[in-house]
Amino acid sequence: MVQTDLTIAGVGGQGSILAGVILGSAAVTNDGKYATQTQAYSSELRGGFAVTWVIIADEPVVFPRVTQPDILVAQAQDSITRFGDSVNPDGILIYDEDMVIEPPGYIKRIYKIPATSLARHEIQAPITANIVMLGALCKITGVVSRDALEKAIAMSVPRGKESLNRDAFNLGFEGVKAC
Amino acid sequence: MSRNKKVLTGTHFEMGNWACAEGAIAAGCNFVAGYPITPASEVANRLAARLPRVNGTFLQTEDEIGAICSAIGASWVGCKAMTVTSGPGISLMQENIGFAVATETPLVIIDVQRFGPSTGVPSVGLAADMVQVARGSHGDYQIIALSPESPQEMFDLTIRAFSLAEAYRVPVFLMADGFIGHMREQIVIPEEDRTKIKQRKIAEQSVSVLDRRDFLDVKVAPMPVFGLGLKAHVTSSCHDEHGMRNLSDPAVMHTYVMNPIKKIVNHRDDIVQVEDDCIDAEVALVSYGTVSRSARAAAGLARKNGLKVGTFRMLTCWPFPDKEIRQLAENVEYMLVLENNTGQMYPYIKAEAAHACRVSFLGPQTLGQIHDPEYILSHLNRR
Repeated sequence: MVQTDLTIAGVGGQGSILAGVILGSAAVTNDGKYATQTQAYSSELRGGFAVTWVIIADEPVVFPRVTQPDILVAQAQDSITRFGDSVNPDGILIYDEDMVIEPPGYIKRIYKIPATSLARHEIQAPITANIVMLGALCKITGVVSRDALEKAIAMSVPRGKESLNRDAFNLGFEGVKAC
Repeated sequence: MSRNKKVLTGTHFEMGNWACAEGAIAAGCNFVAGYPITPASEVANRLAARLPRVNGTFLQTEDEIGAICSAIGASWVGCKAMTVTSGPGISLMQENIGFAVATETPLVIIDVQRFGPSTGVPSVGLAADMVQVARGSHGDYQIIALSPESPQEMFDLTIRAFSLAEAYRVPVFLMADGFIGHMREQIVIPEEDRTKIKQRKIAEQSVSVLDRRDFLDVKVAPMPVFGLGLKAHVTSSCHDEHGMRNLSDPAVMHTYVMNPIKKIVNHRDDIVQVEDDCIDAEVALVSYGTVSRSARAAAGLARKNGLKVGTFRMLTCWPFPDKEIRQLAENVEYMLVLENNTGQMYPYIKAEAAHACRVSFLGPQTLGQIHDPEYILSHLNRR
């Protein structure tokens, strides 16, 4: 069985959990795979920690918790502090370089993208930084297909915001770099 | 997707709580009363939006006591009724759970369990109310409780809960928890005509209450619902088979407690569902609900390591699967009971198993976080 475990983390308001929901939805409803998505967050609406765990597999998921993610997507320094240690030694870190000042040295494959500033300056929508991160994730890992993810994003965002979010996805897909 | 469609046939990626709400609608539920509470609120949210579009009613009451009372009243006018809450709400509902048992009211109660006593931790799941729902109201009685392990089963077992409630005129609990309530997974909703649902028997018109037997039939009496022109007595106090209050005859008192219990226990083979893959196993991992997924993963790891380990899952926790546990105990050497709590079902399991095999309990390494499969395996290797 092929199974990929992911952690997507940030602080409340960045849309980390929504990114996980979109990713799982892409896998299940568009790629014909199986996915399990869970989450945790603090009680503050903004500024507290927020995390989602997503498992994507080609068979039904048995154990639904992510204990050692293959991929960590970090939208804040706090995400590294909380979840950096748990990443599989052969795993992948993708981080927003506007928000993470000190990436850890112990993860072998690290990629970065200035998701927040790209979203703010290129498309004047910093709220779409999570979609930029999904674009980067799709390019680096291919854990779900580009087509499936783009469809799932279009289904999840408010009507009229589809092309804005497609632009955000493309910024991430084109702009991510290896460290 | 049409929000007016009754059954949303297809494949979805949604929360367990969403699946529960859709399961209720697919089962024909047309009245839900509730008061918002984490981690159950999404069930109420979804039903508040959906029920009015499928000829149903959602009522947000002032508290959980009002919610269960409204649902009981709705059931007595013939609605398929439900309420949804978490542990603190169950505590408030206990008095009227007893009322529903005593009046033989079909009712589905969704308990999306949370962590710890009192207000505890709203968003973290724990199998914390397993005994409370069966033994929490006073008197002596039997209810039915089902334990889902996934969002898909929050759909499937909600439908089954309605069938059992209607067939046996009894409160039926769905014992979900915050973990699967908030978990998103693939949910497959079948075609509407492929969902089989039992309906309650309704009492026939007759001149007098004494011409009918509306209560205390171990084969389940037809229900004299309001609004059909029937005259009926409904009381939670001790009553005879006509519903007439009687606080003087010890034989009537005996029947008043015994027959609703027999009604469940005598039909336990129809009600109890377990999943047993312990053929040839020396060790059985016994679990229910979310933890079953840890157990299955651990059994897979153990078999790869050459250990003869199987799993046994209780989809029905009440009435307690005593016969099935006894049979299992006679076929294995060791039974390890896994629960996401400090051992609520364990004493019941041990009482049925300890004559035939060794039995012990293992809670998760951190309460509220279901067991790591490796943690279960290391326990098996140490034993």
